[in-house]
Formats: sequence, structure tokens, C-alpha cells
Amino acid sequence: MTTKPEMTASEIASAVVRGKMSALDATEAALARIKQHDGVLNSFTDVTADRARTKARAVDADIAAGKTVGPLAGVPFAVKNLFDVAGLPTRAGSKINRDLAPSKRDATLIERMEAAGAVLVGALNMGEYAYDFTGENIHDGPSRNPHDTTRMAGGSSGGSGSAVGGALVPIALGSDTNGSIRVPSSFCGIFGLKPTYGRLSRARSFPFVASLDHLGPFARSVTDLALAYDAMQGPDADDAACTTTRGLEPTLPLLANPVSDLRIAIAGGYFQKNVFPEAVEAVSRVVKALGATKVVDVPEAARARAAAYVITTTEGASLHLDRLRKRPNDFDPAVRDRLIAGAMVPAPLVDRAQKFRRWYRAQFAEIFKSVDVLIAPATPCTAPKLGQVNFNLDGVDLPVRANIGIHTQPISFIGLPVVAVPVPLEPLPIGVQIIAAPWREDIALRVAHALEKMGVVAAPSPKGF
Amino acid sequence: MAEPLDDYIDAVSKALALPVEDAWRPAVRANLEVSLRLARLVDEFALPDETEPAPIFTA
Repeated sequence: MTTKPEMTASEIASAVVRGKMSALDATEAALARIKQHDGVLNSFTDVTADRARTKARAVDADIAAGKTVGPLAGVPFAVKNLFDVAGLPTRAGSKINRDLAPSKRDATLIERMEAAGAVLVGALNMGEYAYDFTGENIHDGPSRNPHDTTRMAGGSSGGSGSAVGGALVPIALGSDTNGSIRVPSSFCGIFGLKPTYGRLSRARSFPFVASLDHLGPFARSVTDLALAYDAMQGPDADDAACTTTRGLEPTLPLLANPVSDLRIAIAGGYFQKNVFPEAVEAVSRVVKALGATKVVDVPEAARARAAAYVITTTEGASLHLDRLRKRPNDFDPAVRDRLIAGAMVPAPLVDRAQKFRRWYRAQFAEIFKSVDVLIAPATPCTAPKLGQVNFNLDGVDLPVRANIGIHTQPISFIGLPVVAVPVPLEPLPIGVQIIAAPWREDIALRVAHALEKMGVVAAPSPKGF
Repeated sequence: MAEPLDDYIDAVSKALALPVEDAWRPAVRANLEVSLRLARLVDEFALPDETEPAPIFTA
């Protein structure tokens, strides 16, 4: 059996377990696609070919010996380069971190993916220190959009979006502080899961904003997203924010459950403003397919975005304070200048932002008493051109960078689980957020799966290279 | 002409031993203006005195 570029992870694992394909064949096919196309996409910063072949051979040996292998047997995957990969310095999109000693141990989520049989093939490009929505990187060059390589992949997990959207790997991992999983998912036309804050361990990944950092998977199908997510769940004492109260809550067995009993509403007010017609069309298709008519006005979402901004810039500044003192000229100047400004925000304003977060969380708790799912745009627009500075909305020029994440920030601010689903518009796809109550990833994934079955959402074939 | 935030930037730069070269100053100032404008939006929102910050610490 030969591998096709767009084989899903579940198809690969099934073929490997049934002996129709070896894990090594699946790995070689991914490595060949990376070699063939990544010169254009620029999604990988490190290809771990030797490691991948060793792991794939081990999976094949286990199968030959009749041992049980995991649900991701032989599935190639890659990770944003802020995940620790044993033997590599964790660059986190920066120049400075390249001087770090090579990591001694993989990130927890890599260990869990590999324990399920998956095969790590490399580390992926990203915006410097994850302070980015574009996927552009001054040191490594931009990740490119697989549907139009003159356009942004989105950030900061740009390489993750580009690699999965370009079908180089079926699964990638990334991080999302303010939208960095959902934005690349939207621009690259793939599925992305930002789980509940605290659900997946962040141990041995390079942080950005401890209050807001999440890790999660990208895939070309909802089943693959659930497969990866389920494999990565579980407590971890190495991440202080990782839940100790929730057990394993597998979502895969629940995916096909009907959604007719769910109370689905449209996020109104703030979430219906500052959107291009493509975003309106994408939300409209999703809402129509789900039969949702109720509109819920989310109170104070603009203030929530403002508070997320304040917490981000100040915690980010705290993280990088010493590097800003010692190596300011080795930062991307745009990142450096934002972080320096962040260091200058008075502390009471940060405390107020964290208190507002508590208030805003309570508003959503009320909303989720009468609603199970909220639908909102993932991005205001399809992928902008690389280097684009402004876009014109309703006759007003607005800065691109500052506005890409306006619909994602008020959601991650209180850690709600979201599946970004791709609506395959022409000429470019765009994402929609399926938002559920805390710890109900199963519901968001179930709705995404129903939309996928209806043909409303799908990862389009890459056509840009 | 000095901008209104320049004295503040100089003072914090000194207090934190955080260098701000002249070439960066306009961008730092512009970013700080955005941060303070958004922080003001949060600051203006009245909250009960007993409101706890979001992060939870369990001893």
C-alpha cells in the first residue's frame, strides 16, 4: 500500500496495525513530502529524520512481535519549535534560544503522542516567542500558506498550520495563548483544538504567558484531532496548571453522538463586528447547518480582549526581562519593543485585568446554563498577504497584526475549549470557532464532527504549491 | 519636543535597568500607549472589592 499525501492519521494507523503499511513507509512518505515541498512552505525548522526512522522501526517491530501498539501507530507528526525535543535547543522562534543547551527530554505531550505510537518527524516554524498572529519570523523566514504561498499561514503556530494544511504531516502540535492555534487553523483551512486551560500538560514547552498558555493539536479531520487529544490527556505534576481533578475523558467514542440535543447559539455583539464578508459567510454556513437561531450577546468582550492584551504584554515582559536587558538586539525589534512597553505597565492595572478575568468567567458560567455551544468567527478575514500592514474594513484602515486575533482573545482569556473548523470557501478557507463550556471538549468536537459529516467544514486540498 | 510618556519611559527604564535606545523609543512609546489605553478600558470597569484575581493558588 502506498501512502497518499492526504491520508488521515486514523487511516495511517489502521493500515499500519493491519499490516497493510509499515510505520517506516508512512514515515518515509512524510519525510519525502517535507523534502519536496518544505522549501516553499518553510514550515519546518528541524527535521528529525534519524529519530523518526528509529521510532518507526520500533513500532514495526512491536507489531511483528504481536505486541499491542497505540491508536496512533506509525502516524507522523511534528511540533511547534517551542516544545522541547530531546537533542534540540528549544528555540521558540527566537535567535537567542538557539544558544540554549539541547533539551534532555521531550515535552510531555510528545512523550504521550509517541507512547500512542506516533512518530515525531520534526519541529516547526513559529512567530518569535509566540508573540505573533502572522506566522512570519524575522530569523527563519515566514511560514507560508499552503493555499497561496504569497499569504500568511497565521501565527504564532504558523509552521503547524502550514505543515498540516500542506499535508506534509496529518497532525501537528502548537500553542495558543490568544489565538495561536485557531488563527493558523483558520488561515490554512484545517481543524485545531484549543482545549480548556489546564487540560493538557505544558511541561517542557517554552512558555509565553503562564496565565493564558494552552497546548493543543491540529489535524485535517475531526477524528484525527480527537485521536491526538485523547492520547495527550492526563495529569502531570510538571505543569502547575495541569488539572488534577479531571480524569481521562476520551472524546473519540462520543464523536458520532447526535447534536440535536445540544443548545447551540450564535455569539452576538462584539463577535459580529469587525468582520469581512468571508467571515460572515463562514459563520452563516455553520449556523444554518446546525439550525441555530438564538443569538447570545457576550457582555464586555471588548474589555476581555483588552484585559488579555494587558496580561499578555506584562507576563511576556516578565518572562523575557533579563533577555531584554542582555540581548535586546537579538530580538525581532517588533517583539522587543512590545515587550519593553509591557514591562512598563503599572502593576495595579495587571491585577485589575486578572480580577476582571474572574468577573468575565462568571458571565460565561451564566451563559452556559442555557447554552451548550457558541459559534463565532475564528478570524475577521482570510489569510492576508505576507507583510501586509493594514486591511480596509468598512472604509477604515486597520492594522492587520493587532486585529487578526480580536475574536479569539476574549475566548482563550477564560480558557474555554474551542474547535476551529475550516469552511472551505474559494479562493481561501476561513475558520469558525465552536466554543463549549469548560472541560466540554467532547461537545465542541462532536459539533465539529457533525459539521464535517454534513460537508459544511473540511480541510481543502492544498493548491498553492 | 518630548512626548508626554518620555519621562515615564526614562524613569522605568532606569528603575528596571532596562535599556531603551533612542531608535526604539518611538515604537516602545507607541506600544505603551496602546497597552495603557487598553488597561484603562479595564480600569474603568467597576468591580466589587472582594473580587479575587483569576489565578488560583492552592496551598
